[in-house]
Amino acid sequence: MTTTYKPAEMMTVAAARALKNTDVTFVGIGAPSAASNLARLTHAPEITLIYESGTLATKPTVLPLSIGDGELCDTALTTVSVPEMFRYWLQGGRITVGFLGGAQIDKYANLNTTVVGPYDKPKVRLPGGGGAPEIATSCGEIFIIMSQGKRGFVEKLDFVTSLGHGEGGDHRQRLGVKTKGPTKLITDLCIMEPDPKTKEMTVVSIHPGVTREQIQENTGWTVKFADKVTETPAPTELELKVLRELNERTARAHGEAA
Amino acid sequence: MSRLMSLAEAVEANVRDGDTVAMEGFTHLIPHAAGHEIIRQGKKRLTLIRMTPDLIYDQMIGMGCADKLVFSWGGNPGVGSLHRVRDAIENGWPNKLAIEEHSHSAMANAYASGASGLPFAVFRGYIGTDLPKVNPNIKSVTCPYTGEVLATVPSHRPDVAVIHALRADREGNVLLEGILGVQKEAVLAARRSIVTVEEVVDDFGPRNLNAVILPSWTVGSIAVVPGGAFPSYAQGYYKRFNAFYKEWDGIARERDTFLAWMKENVLNKRPEDFAEHVRNLRVAAE
Repeated sequence: MTTTYKPAEMMTVAAARALKNTDVTFVGIGAPSAASNLARLTHAPEITLIYESGTLATKPTVLPLSIGDGELCDTALTTVSVPEMFRYWLQGGRITVGFLGGAQIDKYANLNTTVVGPYDKPKVRLPGGGGAPEIATSCGEIFIIMSQGKRGFVEKLDFVTSLGHGEGGDHRQRLGVKTKGPTKLITDLCIMEPDPKTKEMTVVSIHPGVTREQIQENTGWTVKFADKVTETPAPTELELKVLRELNERTARAHGEAA
Repeated sequence: MSRLMSLAEAVEANVRDGDTVAMEGFTHLIPHAAGHEIIRQGKKRLTLIRMTPDLIYDQMIGMGCADKLVFSWGGNPGVGSLHRVRDAIENGWPNKLAIEEHSHSAMANAYASGASGLPFAVFRGYIGTDLPKVNPNIKSVTCPYTGEVLATVPSHRPDVAVIHALRADREGNVLLEGILGVQKEAVLAARRSIVTVEEVVDDFGPRNLNAVILPSWTVGSIAVVPGGAFPSYAQGYYKRFNAFYKEWDGIARERDTFLAWMKENVLNKRPEDFAEHVRNLRVAAE
């Protein structure tokens, strides 16, 4: 039996599946938060979720609107100060997976959340780096979740806010970075992983009903496909049910019609 | 020693034109009432430091209080842009705004090193990013033991730190609980401080042996402003008013709707009105 679902739901489900029960995950607001909590409410009940506001091992029943909603603190194992969060926990190497998104990404999964256009005369001024510049280099590996489109998937970033694979190859190592960097890029069309040698993000799995042409049309560089590309399994009924209930609870809690 | 005073007196006594002011609160305990009082007193040319300049700095910058912003993430969390901050950066309205942009790690470390009495903060950061190209204050140091090159930024040493806390006791000790942000570090790094609190109690009573307390001798002025964090929240007192964060997007988008809102809700109001906001929130929740 097939259930209909939206591309954004496929993206969240695919991202949730990438997380393991044993992961310690640094979670951002929005899609990463939905994916991380979906993982916790389905196949990874013991996953440790950390938000940069200092909440360790939090288990929110609704998704937070901000990174420091009371819900995160109320349901956390403990809450530490923000300097402690960034020094002991992030810089200290206690986090296995960092989840990032951005306004722009390039083929080496470098991210821009700072500015579109020149820095001094911005076309669009974005929020800025926040925790991302150090999350990108201090977490064991990075998952990126982003809707795919030509505006966001660009040949060259206007500004590098956080390091992915730099200029490719062994660039991270040459910069002295010991962590893996982006190992998965999950979009509403496909899943990409870095080529083992060049580190260019390469399509390894395509979501059901999506074509290679569609992926190319929504990407600002010439897309590479792995030798063996699989089809992403569609969301299961359970995954969709849990995700939709989570979104409904969240909408109610934030005072919106679901 | 009595540090208790009205919020108006506390701002008059501590905030001067041209000061460097850090108003902290990481989503939780944002000192909105103090921000409004600084606007009412027409303070000018401030350098405003804050990790996450959200609505509080959108309001202060839109009302012309600042000529520089030091920050690491500027947005309306979960909603979108800060229209007033963007208008100041992109169009110089109501005046030009210089920016010094960092990462959260850098800002948190700069507060901690400021509180520690050190001239700069050292951490592993900014690797492979363009931020050092646009912020000359981001430099590096080579570790004398391992040879590793580490990032440095100058310590934050604000003239004034402004925070909102849950309670003070009669002696002027201040208690923080919940999401702590960088408030303790900001107060300890600053020359002067203003702490607004939900209430003053005779005694904190039974508490965790490791409760986060700023002792009275580290705190400057204390003003009792119930609801003073609204529309942010105070753990155990009232919840974050998320609907207002969404509403702000429409209010702040245009200059005239912003100015009309500020006149009605800030310039013509007093700190005591914050208690009313929170009362309305409680009634709505029942």
